[in-house]
Amino acid sequence: MLKVSDIAEKVGLDIGVKGELNKDITGCYISDLLSDVMANSKDGELWITLQTHPNIVAVAVIKGLSGIIITNGRFPEPDTVKKAESENITIFTTHKTTFEIAGLLYNMLK
Amino acid sequence: MKIKDSIEGCFQLMGGDFTNAGAASSELKSTLARLGVSQDAVRRAAIAAFEAEMNVIIHAVAGTMHYVITTEEVKITLTDMGPGIEDIELAMQEGYSTAPDWVREMGWGAGMGLPNIKKNADKFKIDSVVGEGATLEITICIKKG
Ligand SMILES: Nc1ncnc2c1ncn2[C@@H]1O[C@H](COP(=O)(O)OP(=O)(O)O)[C@@H](O)[C@H]1O
Ligand SMILES: [Mg+2]
Repeated sequence: MLKVSDIAEKVGLDIGVKGELNKDITGCYISDLLSDVMANSKDGELWITLQTHPNIVAVAVIKGLSGIIITNGRFPEPDTVKKAESENITIFTTHKTTFEIAGLLYNMLK
Repeated sequence: MKIKDSIEGCFQLMGGDFTNAGAASSELKSTLARLGVSQDAVRRAAIAAFEAEMNVIIHAVAGTMHYVITTEEVKITLTDMGPGIEDIELAMQEGYSTAPDWVREMGWGAGMGLPNIKKNADKFKIDSVVGEGATLEITICIKKG
């Protein structure tokens, strides 16, 4: 199974916060609505979003997600970085769009 | 499972405190996992607790989250001071939300919180006095074995 540590190089992502890199990636969920992620993402999935505020880390912790990818050249807020570091959650950033990242991940994860 | 009689805890919640949102629910989640509660019950309790915690932060002024863990169940009670919920049936409908625009821009306010609490809880009860606040009682059964 693909690990969080494999993904940066394979997809061309920048690492914003280095969390637990040894986690298995079970799939991927895409949404900018946090309650939708709360309802429909599954344990171990990577989450692609445009949201950058600290609550994304809380959602990832509660749902047991393997990491967060912030797309479109956005960066996590300073409080988000602090929280991700203390909770050991990996955050990737990229200038690519959500569509491009999803396309690259799709064939690796399906 | 490592529970003798019962284990209790309580957290203070502040309306508008988005930065610390989720701290109470994450701690409850870790406590349940540490006690050896089944993964399914841990997951459901964490999701329900978090959406209820967010509602206090989004919609109320202040509140508390109290939990009691026994060998049979986890009971999570959230009590808040705030506007309360006028029409509980309406609030329970998927997609209904009174969250302001700036909260929606954060990706909250999709009106999916209460329905998701109901989905994950084995028992769920809301009491509210308009203008005073709301009380949510969430029960998650812990399967034996
Ligand atoms: N603790 C609360 N105090 C006051 N109103 C609440 C509370 N919790 C929920 N509500 C009301 O119920 C609605 C639906 O809640 P929910 O399903 O969690 O959706 P959301 O939080 O996304 O608006 C809220 O928009 C709000 O009007
Ligand atoms: Mg809500």
